Amino acid sequence: MHKTKVEKMMKRSEILLAGKRKPIILQILNNDRGGKIVLSILALVVFYVAFSNLLLPKDSLFYVSTYTVTLLGKYLAFALLALALDLVWGYIGILSLGHGAFFSLGGYAMGMYLMRQIGDRGVYGNPELPDFMVFMNLKELPWFWYGFDNPIFTMLMIVLVPGLLAFIFGYLAFRSRVTGVYLSIITQAMTYALMLAFFRNDMGFGGNNGLTDFKDILGFDLSADTTRISLLIVSFLALFVGYLIARFIINSRLGRVCIAIRDAESRTRFIGYKVEQYKLFIFVVSAAMAGVAGALYVPQVGIINPNVFSPLFSIELVIWVAIGGRGTLYGAIVGAFIVNYASTYFTSALPEVWLYALGGLFVVVTLFLPKGVVGLLSKLNFKKSKGEVTNVPA
Amino acid sequence: MKINILKIVFLNLFFLTSLFANFEQDIEKLKTNSLKDKQEVVVQLAETYSEDDRTNLLLTKMEEGDLYYLETTGEFVILEKKEGNTYYSKSLLTGKELEAQDKKIFEKVKTNNKLRSIINSKLAEMNLFSKKDEKRLASSKNILKNLDKDSQELITKALAKETNSDIKEVLTEANTILQAKYSTSTEEQLLAVVQLGDYLSNQTMIALKEIINNENNQPELIKAAKSSLGSVETIRSYYAVVEKAFFGLSLGSVLLLAAIGLAITFGVMKVINMAHGEMMMIGAYTTYTLQQIMPNLMEYSILIAIPCAFIVSGIVGIIIERLVIRYLYGRPLETLLATFGISLILQQLVRTIYSPLNQEVKTPSWMSGAWGINSALSLTYNRLYIIIFAVLVFIGILLVLNKTSLGLKVRAVTQNREMAQAMGIKTSFIDAMTFGIGSGIAGIAGVALSQLTNVGPNLGQAYIVDSFMVVVFGGVGNLWGTLIGAITLGEINKFIEPVAGAVLAKVLILVFIILFIQKRPRGLFPQKGRDAQD
Repeated sequence: MHKTKVEKMMKRSEILLAGKRKPIILQILNNDRGGKIVLSILALVVFYVAFSNLLLPKDSLFYVSTYTVTLLGKYLAFALLALALDLVWGYIGILSLGHGAFFSLGGYAMGMYLMRQIGDRGVYGNPELPDFMVFMNLKELPWFWYGFDNPIFTMLMIVLVPGLLAFIFGYLAFRSRVTGVYLSIITQAMTYALMLAFFRNDMGFGGNNGLTDFKDILGFDLSADTTRISLLIVSFLALFVGYLIARFIINSRLGRVCIAIRDAESRTRFIGYKVEQYKLFIFVVSAAMAGVAGALYVPQVGIINPNVFSPLFSIELVIWVAIGGRGTLYGAIVGAFIVNYASTYFTSALPEVWLYALGGLFVVVTLFLPKGVVGLLSKLNFKKSKGEVTNVPA
Repeated sequence: MKINILKIVFLNLFFLTSLFANFEQDIEKLKTNSLKDKQEVVVQLAETYSEDDRTNLLLTKMEEGDLYYLETTGEFVILEKKEGNTYYSKSLLTGKELEAQDKKIFEKVKTNNKLRSIINSKLAEMNLFSKKDEKRLASSKNILKNLDKDSQELITKALAKETNSDIKEVLTEANTILQAKYSTSTEEQLLAVVQLGDYLSNQTMIALKEIINNENNQPELIKAAKSSLGSVETIRSYYAVVEKAFFGLSLGSVLLLAAIGLAITFGVMKVINMAHGEMMMIGAYTTYTLQQIMPNLMEYSILIAIPCAFIVSGIVGIIIERLVIRYLYGRPLETLLATFGISLILQQLVRTIYSPLNQEVKTPSWMSGAWGINSALSLTYNRLYIIIFAVLVFIGILLVLNKTSLGLKVRAVTQNREMAQAMGIKTSFIDAMTFGIGSGIAGIAGVALSQLTNVGPNLGQAYIVDSFMVVVFGGVGNLWGTLIGAITLGEINKFIEPVAGAVLAKVLILVFIILFIQKRPRGLFPQKGRDAQD
């Protein structure tokens, strides 16, 4: 019943938007200068990278290595994750420290599919059981691994498993009006508990080694350049579609209510809105998006293990959003790229410095850059794009 | 005359040297090949030098087959470790470690089964009639553990002489078990079996089970044994619950220490301090550093560390408050992020200064060991002290908050910041002090933790989630809520753990808390008043 209400609202805004008679994508991106710029730059970069990796000779000055392709793909997956977090944090005020969990669940679903694709090419050559199960003396495939040899089923699970967890968790938390820091802490405890569980060998997910040694995806060799490029493009498209969905939600009346909830929850409730349902809807959508990000991350990085559940990762991704600029969507993408590029650079060049730098980022951003890099840029330009939400209280 | 005096002097000298050299000379006889002669020597050694620790060592090692002598010097040595043909040994008489040597020069003092059983009984006897109470107690416990029919005579003899009641009880238990099992008169057996219902050791249970399973026994004896076994099991399961409760209480105390500072800062300043765990880490590292600086004061280092850790962590806390947090009041989510950043920096700082590896903090002797209440229940001292310590800290904070003017001001700020400010309380000073005290208590918690786990850069992370749970469960800013929350979570954890495993216990507790806040969203003891809601 509640869902139909939300749907109705979305339809209404759709009609509203359709009235302007522009292509749907441009309608959604209307009044979103930053989003257009960021997405265009990303599109250019992705297509340049794809083109030069496949077509240019290796010794060319403009050749991009496969390593860079993979790295870019990973960043895109992270950007989608940051986008998902910005949707809940920036627009409805839920600081989720558990988005790493949704990301990981999507990743594990993909990992399970990739494991099943290995077939009898594993070290033990068992066509039915992944290597780690043979190693652990399991005789049969655990029930929750059934169906993961089917790509369609896997795709469903990538969205459904994180969505379901978010639904149950959000239902309980929002119903009892857990808000603010309490909610953050409880979401953190959720990832922490999941991490402990996934670290166990008897969980049936490979314990602390996680899932790895993938061979191919949908029949394509994972180590081939063409597959890598395809994954990169798919990641970009996923980010693009994710951005459109998020933007669409924000532009709709639903999104306006969300912002009202973020800025004055009690008032919105007193006006008569069912605050819990709005929160739950956004939370579930965001979790599903995070799940997709995880699923894209795994084949490109080649491993998924319980470390992704660690509270540190979940909090780190909050800083991506904070650095980019909370409540802007494209800012989250920018932040994800900046921090992850810095992370890649520092962890190889100056590994000791990285944690200092990351810690310092947390402090500096919260103290001096409350609106992130995006806010800083628009301040320098003395221009404020009209559609932006400028006042973002905690 | 002169000759006589000389004679006397010489005789005396001879006697004196012989007095000192006796043990060393007597054991020389062990080098014989005749097992019969060795038996005599063993018996003689056990009787003549029963109070000499070296006898004990010698006989134990001889029985274990680790007693050797060197072909070169004839010195008796104890084999410690073999590596191929190289033997590591130490001297029997001086206890000094010797250089590693080739196995060829080692000559083993050989034994056989008969000799070994003689040595065993002599050893037991020697210790059982020692003049030292603790030696007799250990020996009687050992006899109870490795009870056999032949010990009967020895036990009866020892019981007749024994005056210490603890030792007497152990020996009586051993004696009763032997009677129940081997007595020739059925009546005596029956009586013993009934008496066994009052004892708790594993041996008693094993003996009773043996009697029940022995088909040659009379039905009434078996019946009595069954009822005795039932009562032993009841008492033991009761003590098992007590022990679990004790473990839960000690975990709860640690959680209380960890959460209490968090609860105070959260209560007063509405600030979630994610670096709280690192304050604990700093406290633990303070303890470690003190032990490194003052290796001679190991026994007292913990006591010195408590005020030091309080001060060090407190100062770090005040610095953090002044530099970062005070700019973020009223923005709890930002504070959470900034303090998390600080926690990362502090962790890395510790890694840089000390090393990323875990450090070992030594436990002073008065804190190690266990308080054995009976054979089914023993409580470790470190946990016991931590419980006492947590209670003291809790009382201390209650006193500070309720009896001092600082406490009064802190409470005023907690209840209504603006009003307190209007009344002339310097709220920013109170904030800094509160944060300092909260961090200082975390430092103290770190001292306590250093006695339970390894001290490493991740120490704080392991406890931070749990202490948040305590605060959420107990209700913010309420000390009693924190106390009850900590103990409840500690107890639940320890009672679920054996059934469900440590990980599932954590997950279940999380589920429990989520369900609990469905009923009471603001914890057990919610803050009241106009300021409380948002």
